[in-house]
Amino acid sequence: MKRALFSNIWLPVALLLPQLVIIAVFFYWPAGYAVQSSFYLQDPFGFGSTFVGTGNYESLFRNNEYLKIANFTLWFTVIVTFFSLAIALILAVKADRVIRGAKTYRTLLMWVYAVAPPVAGFIAVIMFNQSWGPLTEFFALFGYRFQVGVNFNDTAFAMILTSIWKQVPVNFIFFLSGLQSIPRSVREAALIDNRSASGRFWTVTFPLLAPTGFFLLIINITYALFDTFGIVDTVVKGEPGNNPMTLVYKVYVDGFRGNDLGGSSAQSVVLMALVLALTFVQFRLVERRIHYT
Amino acid sequence: MAVVHFDAVQKIYPNGFEAVKPASFHIEDGEFVVLVGPSGCGKSTMLRMIAGLEDISDGVLQIGGRVVNDIDPADRDIAMVFQNYALYPHMSVRNNIGYGLKNRAVPRDVIAAKVEEAAKMLNLSDYLDRKPSQLSGGQRQRVAMGRAIVRDPALFLFDEPLSNLDAKLRNQMRIEIKALQRRLGVTSVYVTHDQVEAMTMADRIIVMNGGVIEQIGTPAEIYKTPASTFVASFMGAPPMNLLQVTREGAGLRLADQVLNIAAADIDETVTLGIRPEDIVPDPNGSLSIHVDIIEELGAHRLLHGRLEEQSITVHVPKDHDVTTGMSRFSMPLNAVSLFDAKSGRRLS
Ligand SMILES: Nc1ncnc2c1ncn2[C@@H]1O[C@H](COP(=O)(O)OP(=O)(O)O)[C@@H](O)[C@H]1O
Ligand SMILES: [Mg+2]
Repeated sequence: MKRALFSNIWLPVALLLPQLVIIAVFFYWPAGYAVQSSFYLQDPFGFGSTFVGTGNYESLFRNNEYLKIANFTLWFTVIVTFFSLAIALILAVKADRVIRGAKTYRTLLMWVYAVAPPVAGFIAVIMFNQSWGPLTEFFALFGYRFQVGVNFNDTAFAMILTSIWKQVPVNFIFFLSGLQSIPRSVREAALIDNRSASGRFWTVTFPLLAPTGFFLLIINITYALFDTFGIVDTVVKGEPGNNPMTLVYKVYVDGFRGNDLGGSSAQSVVLMALVLALTFVQFRLVERRIHYT
Repeated sequence: MAVVHFDAVQKIYPNGFEAVKPASFHIEDGEFVVLVGPSGCGKSTMLRMIAGLEDISDGVLQIGGRVVNDIDPADRDIAMVFQNYALYPHMSVRNNIGYGLKNRAVPRDVIAAKVEEAAKMLNLSDYLDRKPSQLSGGQRQRVAMGRAIVRDPALFLFDEPLSNLDAKLRNQMRIEIKALQRRLGVTSVYVTHDQVEAMTMADRIIVMNGGVIEQIGTPAEIYKTPASTFVASFMGAPPMNLLQVTREGAGLRLADQVLNIAAADIDETVTLGIRPEDIVPDPNGSLSIHVDIIEELGAHRLLHGRLEEQSITVHVPKDHDVTTGMSRFSMPLNAVSLFDAKSGRRLS
């Protein structure tokens, strides 16, 4: 590799500075501040704070409500990740076989990708509108009264459905390009070696998609944990009540609604640790093991 | 083992391009047939129709007496070796070779034994647990061969299997593949654009050009009696000399001599073909060739020159002294081929 040599140390520093400043101001400083304030108990009216050590963390893990939300977040993440990946994979396999009108088909599927999460949440609110939402009416056909924002399960269902719908296009694009990078002759060799289409899928196509799949798995877990905030917020309409919510939303609710900055910071730190662990898994296990060439 | 029967088999791609014009021929049981022709002439299309990877637009294809037009590739009892090997990158060599058997419900121990046997035959025994990415080009080529032979199919199909190897390895593999086919006695169709491969490996050669079969014959027939000027110039290196001659009296005029060839029923102009090695140096010969370039090839020399205004190549033994400039040569009339100047088809 060719290396540029700078005779003056200050030029590279000056070139790097904007990026370093941005990272420091918007990432490390708030993160550091969160870690710090997680050890303090804030006065709700902002009249100062008391050092409580690991008190915030201890009360967090003794808090039944928090554990319930953690449990919900776990299931939410598993379900959203699984279905986003599975549906996208099915669509990609179908789209890969389409020869005529393939471009139109793909473009239509990709549109959803451009929808911002709060807008997606808003669309869900419309679809599930109490009196005239098409999906509410659909459930009414089966004699079920669907109540978003009132019934816990119904709200959870709407959140999950919207989150999946929003994420499928991203996964679809990656899976499709993964499929198209499998050499044609390898598929043809499989066609001669194996008469069963599903057999070919599970023994040749699917393993060759594994690198894409693992990459998407991490992306999707991160999405379900963090990027669904806008959807959750819109669906619960800022009225947490006994509605389902995810851990990230709980940070917001406790910090800004409950003015419990210390507890909220402790929750943030827990989430940061989670992201760190995910990143570690991605680099250590996934990136190293699942490559064939 | 099987005979292959083509009856007016034709391929028109969805975009309307006719890649293979209706072709009818027959491949004998155990025969090694080489499909040869320039790039884009439809060789792969023909092979892929046999494999079932490409639909047959019209006509009937039989393998082993069974019409296979509508039969899946996996059910045609064929095995194919691809140009880029097409190995499964996520499977070990062992699993690559055994994959086709596993899907045919062959018992595990039988698969293991067959894979070992094929690996031994192909010198792959030490590499069975490697992934294809950990093998050299030649080894990958062998794995692809192994995958074909363990299946013990009725028909082997090869699509330019050696074109990604270097020259030395290619010569070696050419001999190995031929020997393997001899030993197993499996009917084989081998596609290549390399006429040397075709000449050295084939029992019979099918020469294609622009979707049309130009000639079918043994290497010797193709070499001695090419059916057209295309075959004459495509097969053989250097190619056959093609010279324009005109009719004169009862014979044909070539430069300053009249060849005593009965030419009663032919047009004014004819194309005369003569192999470079059939022209011999002869101080008393009647051909005066101006030699421009001497190409030294070790075992022999090629002289490139002109006979009047037509370019001509002569092949001479290495111990024969030559100089550039005018020299005299002669050619036996029984070595001459005549072609229609317009259609390029062989006359008589
Ligand atoms: N899927 C296709 N659609 C249209 N034309 C094709 C297709 N595949 C190949 N062809 C054309 O058919 C001709 C023969 O192709 P091919 O059989 O691959 O040639 P070869 O193997 O002799 O080089 C070429 O002119 C090629 O451009
Ligand atoms: Mg080809």
